[in-house]
Amino acid sequence: MREIMIVTRESLINLILAAVLLAVPFAADAFGQPFYVTLATRIAILALAATGLNLALGLGGLVSFGHAAFFGIGGYVAGILAAHAFSGDPLLFGLSGTKQMWVIWIVAVIISGLVGLAIGAISLRTSGVYFIMITLAFAQMVYYFAISWPAYGGEDGLSILVRNQFPGVNTMRPLTFFLICYVVLLLALALFALIRASRFGTALQAARQNEVRVATVGIQPYRIRLTGFAISAAVTGLAGALFADLNRFVSPSMLSWHMSGELIVLIILGGTGRLFGPLAGAALYVIFEYALGGLTERWQFFLGLILLVVVLFARGGLLGLLAGKAKHG
Amino acid sequence: MTLALALEQLLNGLQLGVMLFLMAAGLTLIFGVMGLINLAHGSLYMVGAFACATVAAWTGSFWIGLIASLAAAAAAGAVVELAVIRRLYDRDHLDQVLATFALILMFSEGTRWLFGSFPLYLDIPPLLQGAVALPGGTEYPVYRLAIILAGAIVAFGLYLLISRTRLGMRIRAGESDREMIGALGVDIRTLYTVVFALGAALAGLAGAMVGALQSVQVGMGEPVLILAFVVIVIGGIGSIKGALLGALLVGVTDTMGRFLLPKILALFVAPAQAGMIGGAAASMLIYIVMAVILAVKPRGLFPAAHA
Repeated sequence: MREIMIVTRESLINLILAAVLLAVPFAADAFGQPFYVTLATRIAILALAATGLNLALGLGGLVSFGHAAFFGIGGYVAGILAAHAFSGDPLLFGLSGTKQMWVIWIVAVIISGLVGLAIGAISLRTSGVYFIMITLAFAQMVYYFAISWPAYGGEDGLSILVRNQFPGVNTMRPLTFFLICYVVLLLALALFALIRASRFGTALQAARQNEVRVATVGIQPYRIRLTGFAISAAVTGLAGALFADLNRFVSPSMLSWHMSGELIVLIILGGTGRLFGPLAGAALYVIFEYALGGLTERWQFFLGLILLVVVLFARGGLLGLLAGKAKHG
Repeated sequence: MTLALALEQLLNGLQLGVMLFLMAAGLTLIFGVMGLINLAHGSLYMVGAFACATVAAWTGSFWIGLIASLAAAAAAGAVVELAVIRRLYDRDHLDQVLATFALILMFSEGTRWLFGSFPLYLDIPPLLQGAVALPGGTEYPVYRLAIILAGAIVAFGLYLLISRTRLGMRIRAGESDREMIGALGVDIRTLYTVVFALGAALAGLAGAMVGALQSVQVGMGEPVLILAFVVIVIGGIGSIKGALLGALLVGVTDTMGRFLLPKILALFVAPAQAGMIGGAAASMLIYIVMAVILAVKPRGLFPAAHA
């Protein structure tokens, strides 16, 4: 809440970031450059996914290396519901698919949240390096399942022929779809700020800083972390559903461990635990990818190099460089 | 006939397990001694395979290629340790994950740069071509048996190295108290480089040996790396014994699961469905085994004393 009441340098930078992300697509649309609108949409969706992870990683200190599982599950929810709505085949228990985005979002949030609850329940029994590897292993399990289950495309993935609908607007128009994603991102950021300032969020952060103390005052760190992990999974799952609609395609690559790595990279590039860290990181990442990809075929090599330098020498990320050290470690 | 087939699959599982052990031994040693989680271990496996394939193509000898793979992976490991890894020992695991993730990107793209996108092929050496008869009438390739044997020899050698030599004594001392052996005058920085290079050489050896079974290509190390993670999580991170048992368990479970699950399911449902469900379930089997083991023993089967 402090950030809202007092205008700090960080909140000013946050405001500028949000404004620029909103302004660029409008300008691009006005100049007839829909490609840049898509680029901005990509930034917004990746930032949303990373905001989900930031709840677990930034606040809870839970280094999940398996959030691609939730991202991909969200994507597959969108793909599968749309495919059933298209073909008319009933899904489960006679329920039919749907083309309505908001229904898809709710289902994506619920399913990825539940999977997060299950994965978290086992993974959170461990900590440190075990937790990193176990979340990775569970994500791989989902990944291999998606590859070997042929009903929804298997290795080839699943196409969404027409982007799903939102009442009252034409989602096929790039700018409209961008605005939907942008609003969802802002809502998620507001949720993050609310959680961070709440009693629950304080307990989650305290469990990261000193687990024993939290237990001493009568709060079970395990339950707090599990709740945080499930919410985190649900937000990332929502991002996955939007990502599937952006590309109108879902494939196991959304579930791959590179995706999990990328999500962590976004947070670190932007600045861990900061409200706008994921947005700053996603913007930086997508712009890097685009700019380097235009310069050289070998852009991944240079991306690796930049990432290495950031980890070794610039640990606060972009917001750390611009806005100074975070107020609480 | 089915029994012979099962025996063949069991041997395949052992062969996979031995491969995984070579990977997992290095990972678990590096974690045990230096407290470092190294995602780039799969890249060292790839370096070994590429070195073996390239040198074998130049010289015409698989064996010279095999030596080259050990040398190249150990050298790559030492260089990476000196340039990057040693800055990470005091960092938290998140920084280690990210830095070694960055190394993967650089290794993969760098290899693609040098060798192109097409896979290389490595022939099985003439000495080990052919097959031997198994009881029950099937034949089994000599080369796969040789891999199992080589893995057993390396496992025994590693046991001797760690329990009987001065270097092994220092490694064990490093696992139990890093500061103390530094204070006693052991050059801990060199020890770290040696351990990292040793782990890298084991990974390189695994890559070279598997290279003759599969194609040698960019990204070949990543599936093996993740299986090796499952292995050391099951075995207990830092424990070589755990790595060995975990590797054999994962190798045999994965191979036998893929073989048996569809057959078992076929008793209950239609064959086509059994193949589909069985295949999907088999691909998840080792992760389910891991989840069950961790639910009972969160620190693995043989938890290391510290960490």
